[in-house]
Amino acid sequence: MTNEELKTFITAQVPEAIFEETQYLNITVPAEKFYSLAKHLRTDSSAEFDYLICVTGVDWKDSLMVVYHLQSRKHKHVIVLKVKLTDRVNPKVDTVSDIWRTAEFHEREVFDLFGIKFNNHPDLRRLFMDDTWGFPLRKDYVDDVTIVQL
Amino acid sequence: MRPNEEIEELLESKEEDFVINIGPQHPSTHGVLHLKVKLQGETVLDVQPHLGYIHRSIEKMCEASTYRNFIYLTSRMDYLSAHMNNQACSMAVEQGMALAIPERAKVIRILMSELTRIASHTLWWGALGLDLGATTPFFIGFRDREEIMDIFEESCGARLTMNYNVPGGVMYDIHPNFQKRVHTFLVNFKKNLPEYDQLLTGNVIFQSRMKGVGVISAEDAISYGCTGPVARGSGVSCDMRKWFPYDGYEGAKFDEILETGGDCFSRYMVRVREMYESVKIIEQYIDNIPEGDFQAKTKNVVKLPKGEFYSRVETARGELGVYIISDGSMKPYRVKFRSPNFSNLSALKHMAVGGKIGDLVAIMATLDLVIPDIDR
Repeated sequence: MTNEELKTFITAQVPEAIFEETQYLNITVPAEKFYSLAKHLRTDSSAEFDYLICVTGVDWKDSLMVVYHLQSRKHKHVIVLKVKLTDRVNPKVDTVSDIWRTAEFHEREVFDLFGIKFNNHPDLRRLFMDDTWGFPLRKDYVDDVTIVQL
Repeated sequence: MRPNEEIEELLESKEEDFVINIGPQHPSTHGVLHLKVKLQGETVLDVQPHLGYIHRSIEKMCEASTYRNFIYLTSRMDYLSAHMNNQACSMAVEQGMALAIPERAKVIRILMSELTRIASHTLWWGALGLDLGATTPFFIGFRDREEIMDIFEESCGARLTMNYNVPGGVMYDIHPNFQKRVHTFLVNFKKNLPEYDQLLTGNVIFQSRMKGVGVISAEDAISYGCTGPVARGSGVSCDMRKWFPYDGYEGAKFDEILETGGDCFSRYMVRVREMYESVKIIEQYIDNIPEGDFQAKTKNVVKLPKGEFYSRVETARGELGVYIISDGSMKPYRVKFRSPNFSNLSALKHMAVGGKIGDLVAIMATLDLVIPDIDR
C-alpha cells in the first residue's frame, strides 16, 4: 500500500489518528485504541505488518512516548506507530507481546529504562537494573555519582 | 519439532525442579550473560536470561555527546561488527544532514564491512568449535582473522574498535598497501576455506550435535524479530543489503544465503556460505575503487534539523537500526539502537525448551551472541 492508502486504512480504524510523513509514515494514536489497531495491522491481509522492528521509549519532558517501528515483509512497507502517554507517574499502555513475541523483551527494556508499564505483559520485570534503581533514560533522572555533568 | 506434550507431562509430575545458573562467568556464554535454567533430569524446562552485567547505558551517554562523537561509543556495542555499527550511525547523521557521500567512500565502506563480516564469522566459527569441544577450529579461525586485523590496523589505526566511519565518508584514505594486502588475504583465505568444511561441516559427530537441534520455524523467527543468519537459517529472507540497499550495496553482486532447516546446522551453514559471498563482494570491488575524495566536506560542528532519522544496516549478526530523535541542537535528544542480538536472544527460550542441557550450548553458539550488544 502507498502512504495515502495506509492513511485511509488507519483512519477507518482510528479516526483520531494524527499523521506525519517523514522518512516513514508516522501515526500517533491514543493509548486506549492502540492495541486494537496493532492487532488489525498484523492480521489484515492488505496491511500484514508481521515484523516488529523495534520499540523505543522517548521522554518529551511533559509526556512520555512509546514508538513502534513496523514492517510488512509481504508489502515491503514500514510505518511508525506512536503512543503518547501524558501521565508521567503511572504511564500505562497495552502490551503487544501476544501479537509480536519479540515485544516481550523490547517492552521489558522500555519498562526498565522509562518506567512505562505494559498492561497484560506476561513477565514485566526489570531487565538490566535492580528494582530499587530509578528510570535512567528519563530526562529528570539525577545521579550525582555515576553521571558526570560536563 | 518441540515435544510439547512431553514438557507438559513433565511439568505436571511436580517433582522438585532443578535450577542451575549458567554464567555470568562461563566460557560458552561468550561474555557476561547469566542464564537461569530450570531442568528436569537433562531436559530444559525453562530458560531465563538475566542481563545487565555489562550495561553501560550507551543510549544515555549518546545524549551527552555530539553527533560526531557518539559514533565512537557504538564500536563498543557489537565489537565484532564495529565497522557496521559506525556505518549505521554515520548513515543516520548523513540522512539528517542530507549529505551524499563520495563514491570512493562508499566502496571503501563496502570493502571494510565485508572484511569485518568475514572476521566476525571466522571468530564465530572458531568459538563454535571450542564450545562443542574441538580445539583446532579456534586456531584456524584466528589465523585467518589475524590477517584481516592487520589490514584494519594499517588503514584504520585500530584492530577492533576501528572508528573509521565519520559523517560524510571515512576518516582517512586507505593505506597504499591496502589493495595488495587484501589480494594476499583473498588468495590465502580461498585456499583455507575448504579446511573449514573438512574440519567441522563434514564431521559426523559435529553434524549429530547440530542437526535437528534448536529448531525455530520461519513464522516464529519473524514473530521473535530474529534477523541475520538466525532468521535466514529458517528460510526468512531479511538481508538489509538486498531489502533496502544502502551505501552502494545496490551494485554489489552476491546472493542472499537461505537455508530452510531452522536448526543449528542451518544457521551454521548460512554463516559458512556467507563467507564465500563476502569474498565475492570484495573481489568485485577491490580493483575498482573509484578515484576521488574519501570524505565529503562537512562543517566542524554537526547540527541536525529537528526530526527523526532511522537507518538500518546488516551487521554480521543481523539488522542494526539506529533511531535518532533530534531537537535541532548539537546533541541528539534521544538515540535508540535496535541491536540484532537483543531480538535474537529473545528466541533462545523458544529454541532451548524441550531439548537437552548440552544442546543449549550448541544453540547459544549458533545464535552468535555478543553480550555488550544486548546490554548496550
